[in-house]
Amino acid sequence: MDGHDHHHEHEHADDHSELGPMDVRVRALETLLTEKGYIDPAALDELIDTYQTRVGPRNGARVVARAWVDPEFRDWLRRDGTAAIASLDYGGRQGEHMIAVEQTDHTHNIVACTLCSCYPWPVLGLPPTWYKSAPYRSRVVRDPRGVLAEFGMTLPDEVEVRVWDSTAEIRYLVIPQRPAGTDDWTEEQLAELVTRDSMIGVGVPLDPMSLGDHELSST
Amino acid sequence: MSGNERYVTNADLGGTTGHGAIEHDDERVVFHHQWEARVLAMTVAAGASGKWTLDMSRRYRETLPDYADLSYYEIWEAGLERLLVDRGLVTADELAAGHALVKPLEGIRVLKAERVAAGMRSGSSTERQVSALPRFAVGDLVRTRADRVDHHTRLPSYAAGKIGRIERLHGPHVFADSHAHDLGEQPAWLYGVVFDAAELWDDAAPRPDAAPRQSVLIDAWESYLEPVDERDT
Repeated sequence: MDGHDHHHEHEHADDHSELGPMDVRVRALETLLTEKGYIDPAALDELIDTYQTRVGPRNGARVVARAWVDPEFRDWLRRDGTAAIASLDYGGRQGEHMIAVEQTDHTHNIVACTLCSCYPWPVLGLPPTWYKSAPYRSRVVRDPRGVLAEFGMTLPDEVEVRVWDSTAEIRYLVIPQRPAGTDDWTEEQLAELVTRDSMIGVGVPLDPMSLGDHELSST
Repeated sequence: MSGNERYVTNADLGGTTGHGAIEHDDERVVFHHQWEARVLAMTVAAGASGKWTLDMSRRYRETLPDYADLSYYEIWEAGLERLLVDRGLVTADELAAGHALVKPLEGIRVLKAERVAAGMRSGSSTERQVSALPRFAVGDLVRTRADRVDHHTRLPSYAAGKIGRIERLHGPHVFADSHAHDLGEQPAWLYGVVFDAAELWDDAAPRPDAAPRQSVLIDAWESYLEPVDERDT
């Protein structure tokens, strides 16, 4: 009950003190569509909850961790990304056709959508703002090393950089390299190391040393 | 495909300059404002009406005259308003009033809360069967269409008129160019085509011979591509 009242208070505050032009416009549109009977506001709540709490980069992290510990799964992922990922019960909207691309010592992959914002929702959730914005979309295909530098990454010159521009309905998931020193880690522990950015190709997994024993034992 | 008016997309950003620095954000932040969440959900829910396709939504967003000045979810909201009016679901007067003024269109599918999970989980595949065999095989050299087209397309301008190599054969998929204009699915073979960076950015500053290797892959429908004789290159 307390939680509900608290939530309500926030909405109340929004109603009267912090309404911007977009708040007004979007509320008017929702009111209109509801009055017309075209949308079910409860479905909107459900959609928002889905992408705020259930479908996000932790899903992709589980795919990556499974690929790190299970060579058969990794092979399956290479042959048929959609099916392998569906075996973990991830799939559907904006992930109907999945291809997993692996980082190696020779090739570094980066995913983008220069034309809009295509992104593998079932495994990564909704795309971050920067992924959908002009600076990334314009520059990543032309100067990927410069973009990586902005994310704090420098690659050796001999590594080929490959940018995957998602121009159709194929969605790409980057499988980062497993960090060294994690041989005795469990799949669940490994998943903790996998960041969203490492699955887009603009980051690497967390340093295993950054997760202390205490955090590991509590996962 | 879009009549006499010239089709102008404002979303074809690959390789363009002057957009500033990338503003990174935390992976736990999904929406920056509450209204963004409502726009995302309304767009998905209204899409279930069956009155337009995903390709059509993209067409409506990318042709917004003020695309460059809008935030991402402002683009979605404006695109949704235009679709709703053009497809006859609401009137401009209703949008201005923020209330229903005339009777709703009949036969609109409504996404119910209890159907959300199953609907999102099943998605909607764009793969189709076609009787034609693929024109190209993995390893073939191809040149992309150079001419500008007067309709929605998924060939980015930076990759137009360029020579690449077929790397993947994805199967036949719904053709975005026709689907976005209400001209049917017209499924066609889709390929992953890889381009060397030097082919794409020939106006760029000269690179040293030992420049790091760079490539870009796009997914391209068969009609975007023509064969290139290996001996000519």
